Amino acid sequence: MQLVIVDTGCANISSVYFAFKRLGVKASISSDARVIKAADKVLLPGVGTAHNAMARLQQAELINTLQSLQQPMLGICLGMQLLTRHSMEGDVACLNLIPGEVLPMQSGELRLPHMGWNTLKNINNHPLMQGFTETDYVYFVHSFAVAPDSYSLAQCHYGNDFAAVIGKDNVAGAQFHPERSGKTGARLLQNFLEWQL
Amino acid sequence: MLAKRLIPCLDVRDGKVVKGVQFRNHEIIGDIVPLAQRYAEAGADELVFYDITASSDGRVVDKSWVQRIAEVIDIPFCVAGGIKTVADAGKILEMGADKISVNSPALARPELINELNHHFGQQCVVVGIDSFFDVTSGQYQVYQFTGDESRTQKTQWLTRDWVAEVLKRGAGEIVLNCMNQDGVRQGYDIAQLKSIRDICTVPLIASGGAGTMQHFTDVFNQADVDGALAASVFHKGIIEIAALKAKLIADGISIRP
Repeated sequence: MQLVIVDTGCANISSVYFAFKRLGVKASISSDARVIKAADKVLLPGVGTAHNAMARLQQAELINTLQSLQQPMLGICLGMQLLTRHSMEGDVACLNLIPGEVLPMQSGELRLPHMGWNTLKNINNHPLMQGFTETDYVYFVHSFAVAPDSYSLAQCHYGNDFAAVIGKDNVAGAQFHPERSGKTGARLLQNFLEWQL
Repeated sequence: MLAKRLIPCLDVRDGKVVKGVQFRNHEIIGDIVPLAQRYAEAGADELVFYDITASSDGRVVDKSWVQRIAEVIDIPFCVAGGIKTVADAGKILEMGADKISVNSPALARPELINELNHHFGQQCVVVGIDSFFDVTSGQYQVYQFTGDESRTQKTQWLTRDWVAEVLKRGAGEIVLNCMNQDGVRQGYDIAQLKSIRDICTVPLIASGGAGTMQHFTDVFNQADVDGALAASVFHKGIIEIAALKAKLIADGISIRP
């Protein structure tokens, strides 16, 4: 199977690469539209700001490519946020593959960034979520989030509920970092590898 | 519910893990990669690797081990020591570190915090603060170059003022190392951590003083820190992480089992 990690120039690319390597899959890292289109699965990583990441995708002329993919694609953290319609972080239009908007987290009295291990809730029966339970902890680091809606595959609570995993058709995204979430995170990546549309 | 984090800190010199008492008489504890792996498997929530000599020697942290760690562990980790520029930080993050922590270089040039925030986002930017209680002045003061005893010096900053400054500049997390307590295992400096907690709007990590499992319960319950960092109690096997987590859960603290 050919897994391609989109080279967004973001910082967590090697972490994601190594996480798949631990699962026995050697991914390619590429910003070449032909390579991405030919992949069996596409991974959109991301750390940093939505504004910079979208600018990089634009620069690499990848917006249309990513929007027209038919194979399974998974976004991680900022990569997940880029799948939505719009991000208030820099007020930037995103890929618009999954309805929703990225807003500053409303955590009330709680500290931001939301940083650390938290549990999931309202876990959907989606293939990506197989084996997950509400006692599983995954690692989050973010200050912006997508509100829960019908595209949420799992939610998390920090001051307010927000979408921890989203999905629509061939596209899905995780707000947490599966590559840094121990065995639980590895399960999401394994589910992604096994995901058949 | 967001879990409180247990964070073993591995002080690194020449690719080996070392930890001394009050930063003196360093002894080699072991090879870095297997230790990192051992802690990840044992249930550590996060790891910090700190090149204790980097800032004092005027050299950048030897980074070859960062990638070797990123390859094997599946929990977040932070690298500290001698990161003076955006380029230094970028290399470490590219090799797979999740966060970078700055201390002395941020004191020398506070704009570094703004620059790191701008380039990598707030979530990557940890500021380490070495704070020492000066009995004569009755104040907590920030110290610099604590990795080298001969160069350690008091700065102009009172700890509270420096915390406010680094928050203003965009720090995403603060590790407060209470130097009076470091390496002596008499408990975290609850009073100081509480006072900093009141003004700290980002995650706050307690460092310095862990000796018993009760110390962890106390610092979480009394100072409401987001994480507790410790070294020697873990490295010397005085406290096992699994047993510590079981106790903290029994004490009603939110912990990832």
